[in-house]
Amino acid sequence: MSNATLVSTTVNGDPVQFACPTDESLMTALRNRVGLTGVKEGCGTGDCGACSVTLDGSLVCSCLVLGVEAEGREVTTVEGLSQDGELHVLQQKFIDHAALQCGICTPGFLVAAKTLLDRNPNPDETEIRYALAGNLCRCTGYDKIVRAVQDAAKDMRKANKKRR
Amino acid sequence: MGHDQKYVDKKNYEVVGTRFNRPDGIDKVTGKARYGADASAPGQLVGRVLRSPHAHASILKINVGKAEKLPGVKAIITSADLPDLTGQDQGLADILENCMARGRALYDGHAVAAVAAVDEQTAAKALKLIDVKYKKLPHVTDVDAAMCESAPVIHDRIITRGVEPKPTKPSNIAARTQMGHGDVEAGFAEADVVIEKSYKTEQTHQGYIEPHACLASVNPDGTAELWVTTQGHFVFRNVCASLLGLDIAKLKVTSSEIGGGFGGKTHVWVEPVALALSRKANRPVKLVMGRDEVFRATGPTSSTSIDVKMGAKKDGTITAAVAEMRYQGGAFPGNWAMLGCMTAFACYDIKNNQSIGWDVVVNRPKVAAYRAPSAPMAAFAVESTIDELAKEVGIAPIDMRLKNVAREGTLAPYGPTYGPIGIEHTLKAVKDHPHMRAKLKKNQGRGVACGFWFNIGGQTCTDLNIGVDGTVNLTLGTVDVGGSRSSMAMIAAEELGIPYEQVRANIADTTSLGHNDMTEGSRGTFSSGMATVFAARDAIGVLKQRAAKMWGITEEHVIWENGQAIATGDSHGNLPPLSLKEIAAKSGRTGGPIAGHNEVVADGAGMGFASHICDVEVDPETGRSTIIRYTVVQDAGKAINPDYVEGQFQGGATQGIGWALNEEYIYGDDGRLQNPGFLDYRIPVCSDLPFIDTQILEVPNPLHPYGIRGVGETSIVPPLAAVGNAIANATGVRMSHAPMSPPRVLAAIDALEYAS
Repeated sequence: MSNATLVSTTVNGDPVQFACPTDESLMTALRNRVGLTGVKEGCGTGDCGACSVTLDGSLVCSCLVLGVEAEGREVTTVEGLSQDGELHVLQQKFIDHAALQCGICTPGFLVAAKTLLDRNPNPDETEIRYALAGNLCRCTGYDKIVRAVQDAAKDMRKANKKRR
Repeated sequence: MGHDQKYVDKKNYEVVGTRFNRPDGIDKVTGKARYGADASAPGQLVGRVLRSPHAHASILKINVGKAEKLPGVKAIITSADLPDLTGQDQGLADILENCMARGRALYDGHAVAAVAAVDEQTAAKALKLIDVKYKKLPHVTDVDAAMCESAPVIHDRIITRGVEPKPTKPSNIAARTQMGHGDVEAGFAEADVVIEKSYKTEQTHQGYIEPHACLASVNPDGTAELWVTTQGHFVFRNVCASLLGLDIAKLKVTSSEIGGGFGGKTHVWVEPVALALSRKANRPVKLVMGRDEVFRATGPTSSTSIDVKMGAKKDGTITAAVAEMRYQGGAFPGNWAMLGCMTAFACYDIKNNQSIGWDVVVNRPKVAAYRAPSAPMAAFAVESTIDELAKEVGIAPIDMRLKNVAREGTLAPYGPTYGPIGIEHTLKAVKDHPHMRAKLKKNQGRGVACGFWFNIGGQTCTDLNIGVDGTVNLTLGTVDVGGSRSSMAMIAAEELGIPYEQVRANIADTTSLGHNDMTEGSRGTFSSGMATVFAARDAIGVLKQRAAKMWGITEEHVIWENGQAIATGDSHGNLPPLSLKEIAAKSGRTGGPIAGHNEVVADGAGMGFASHICDVEVDPETGRSTIIRYTVVQDAGKAINPDYVEGQFQGGATQGIGWALNEEYIYGDDGRLQNPGFLDYRIPVCSDLPFIDTQILEVPNPLHPYGIRGVGETSIVPPLAAVGNAIANATGVRMSHAPMSPPRVLAAIDALEYAS
């Protein structure tokens, strides 16, 4: 491995170090060096969204970010969505609504949908459709995905109200 | 079990027909599910493939000297490392040549050499150091151009089949097919209106989001393992073993989770290459395709050129129909035009019909099956023509279709006489659907179209093992592409009379179960569903024996009902029933493990029919079409898990919409693919679409114990024509070239305005 650089970062809340070449994508580093293969490669050119992660809370295609850019920042992948052994509401709703078939795009959709709901807890159908337009799914026609996100948003709003 | 056996439709289902969550759901939403690229082996190398930049070229020399000397390179292979062991099997020889060019590159992207190295960077560097001397040859990529006398002939060995007298010279026309019945000339003479039109459809790709990927490991003693994303690991095993000269039983193939296939993962591409690299390097090799490689060298479906002529009487009766269809199969012959012929008029009862197909080779990637392969193009031509015919006759398109619809007893254009089929039911449901009464605004139009696909059965093998706690392992060999593990577990639960949660379904590797054909032809739920029913009944036989033993009575006094053995007869009626769990707990003392098994050639696949409604809005200034409403009505025979039946309807319709509006392979004059990426090959995204409404009809297939028909493919057949008919009604313009992309629609609108 030529030109390897040591990167110190936080992944799904845990401190992580890895060494990678300076031209290696964050996607490849997460998959091959950190072992998080829930980050999927569909294209490597930022067109399919299967590798979606958040970087300091912002949604990115990790194939378009360099591994070294993760230095000192916080990365969240699909593996970081469930907490304390409980599925995230979105994960449960994707299962309940049959919002996945082959499931290869699912990690990216979940990360993108969570980013949307963190920012906008009450999106309408159009807002959901545009927020997820960077993620390609070839199996479902998106119908059940949109319904799962709508249902998850509803439950999350209810839970938030109770908390207040 | 007799193959022609007719089953009495089972009516009172407890589990089947309800909605259960899939067993692979949690793994897939948490990132734990392992796909083709997600496996690793100790000491694994990275494999990469060098591909031809030319559409057609002689390979004069491949110099690998420099690349071999690069530190970290462990093996380089060319066709010399894949000797031809195919004997007289031309089909297998074509597969081998497609995996690795043999002296000639036949299309842009054709594999020429491959390398295995210690890491990605080294492999990429090595590819650049391989020096290939090409001599460019004339090429042809268009199906009509390839049929011309003047076209460069791609294979000297191709003499057109199905033509009398047999041609003396080779050409790009691999085969001519003809089918149909009646006297079409007499039929046209009877007609009051005759419409004749020509259509073109462009080449599309299955577009699965997961690229092809595998991990291969070959040992010096000829034992080998392959982890691979595939629709059929048993078939991959047989093909790879033949190409590599391995014993079938010594090659263990494990199917990973599959990230979409749609037919494209029924064919081997990089797998034999990865095995050959591993054999040479004596280390495991992981080979993952890039998206550009997927577009340039795998899939796609045929591009076509089709002429249709149909005649009808004033009352709407179609008296004659003729289609002549030209399908390109890429650089190797296929039977794609034949499939087009078989499906073109299958929805209708047309007294006089004739379909002629031409299978043609061109300098494009070897065509692979794509969801109801060849049917969508034929349906685009036929269903568009029917709308034109209806317009001329002055009858509503839906009524024209109902007037001529195929029914039980209709002689199908491809030979058989139909049993109970659902096309009329779908059309009636469409006619009654609220969608048909929804108001249309300015620039909006509505289209209806029908579609047909056969469905197949094939070889299937299933095991069912009952644990001592009464939970059940259902071991399947058909790859789960759309949720079939949940459906199969539901069927096993239904038969055994136990809760769904008590059954775990999984897919066995090739060393753990008998041969299973591909998950293709909408056969997964049909065939594995049949084998699961029989395997469960086999296990019930064992459960009854064991119960009899526990009671000390004879087996013929035991029946199985609601998940328990019940003793019958005057002398045993007071014995309390024994549940599956109670019998399982004692199995060690009553004869050992309790299992059921079934192997079957699942004959009797039902036909799949659908009718779709599409509302579209066309922007007259840009030619952009937006789908406003879409409804799928399809006969499922019996929907085991309606969630996943709907999913198939919606997914297929969306692929068809993408094909109708945007998706196409664009080749330059140099014969190179210009859009090998998702940016320029645009599949539908979430914001392009409305909710896709579905209606499941159930006309049971009498040849399946649960009445199942395949549901996976038919849904992609009607959309091209449904969209085209909607655009025609929105704009007055009949589009005859798919995709009906904004530039094409705009040009057609402008031409119409100019003409008037």
